[in-house]
Amino acid sequence: MANIVNYISNATIPVIIVLIILYGIKDNVRVFDIFLDGAKEGIEIVFKMFPTLLGIFLAVGTLRASGLVDMIIKLITPITNLLEIPSNILPIAILRPISGSASMAVAVDIMKNYGVDTLTGLITSTIMGSTETTFYTIAIYTSAVGIKKTRGILLAALAADLAGMIVSTIICRILS
Amino acid sequence: MLNILWSVFIILSVMYAILFGTIEELNTGIFTSLSGAVELSITFLGTICLWTGIMKIVQNTSIIKKLNKLLKPLINFLFPDLKNNEAVKQEISMNMIANILGLGNAATPLGIKAMKTMQKENRKKDTLTNSMMMFIVINTASIQLIPTNVIAIRTSLNSQNPTSIIIPVWIATVFAAFMGILLTKILIKRVK
Repeated sequence: MANIVNYISNATIPVIIVLIILYGIKDNVRVFDIFLDGAKEGIEIVFKMFPTLLGIFLAVGTLRASGLVDMIIKLITPITNLLEIPSNILPIAILRPISGSASMAVAVDIMKNYGVDTLTGLITSTIMGSTETTFYTIAIYTSAVGIKKTRGILLAALAADLAGMIVSTIICRILS
Repeated sequence: MLNILWSVFIILSVMYAILFGTIEELNTGIFTSLSGAVELSITFLGTICLWTGIMKIVQNTSIIKKLNKLLKPLINFLFPDLKNNEAVKQEISMNMIANILGLGNAATPLGIKAMKTMQKENRKKDTLTNSMMMFIVINTASIQLIPTNVIAIRTSLNSQNPTSIIIPVWIATVFAAFMGILLTKILIKRVK
């Protein structure tokens, strides 16, 4: 049984890629040329992200190396234990709605330190995959049309994020 | 916001390290973090480019048209005020498809276009319309078929099973989106 599950998850990425390429051929897309076009955009994403990544790694690295993070985690563990959330994912929960690349950098830091495939790593990944940079998204869309009165959507969006985070924790707990 | 946080983090860390005698660890910590960022970006580069390339192929196939059809009833339910405005609906649909395919870079310009079209019909120019509220909230709930970025990170961190989070992500996203949509519908009813 475990073998089958393992096989399926190993096959997911190759199968998706093959299906997309086959579909592209069927629709007469010049698959390789288009692939290169898209890959070029990938370079841009990584280049744009690098300065933020470096800056956040620096800040988080100093926090961790000084021992301050361990101290804070010790302090808040009683509270997070009560809520049954691993306390080391809290930085993600707070940063996620505010900054995309900053939370991505913190997520990487967490997964490096506590393992990618541990419960903490899985919850971090799931939160990153299932929530958005809420503040940024609202700011960009309202400012694009010059609107100031948002009728409380920030509240709705943040509540949705919170729901996503709670469900992420619960599901990863059940599955692992 | 981050301007303050970033400085506070670094200042506090250094002060803490001086007080508790971990300055040596902090010093090496700085440089390992920097090379960590470089290392990660390089492994990242491969996996991210793979997915942006593959998704670009998707963008050029008829998969888009099929998704468009699938989304129609959902869009009619979410945006009852846009009854006959097919042009806006089309723009909203394209934005949602870009989000579903994880094409964040394509989704934002498409979304701004949809917002501008909706603003034309808006009678109170300084206030969001019902449809705009719903549109923004949907954009803050990340509805993704394949969370490519996260998979890319997990792959570069040598995960045994980088794709294992796909199903948890789907479930969490659906809950988050449901919550967002429900609350927005309530807000629309209440704040007239």
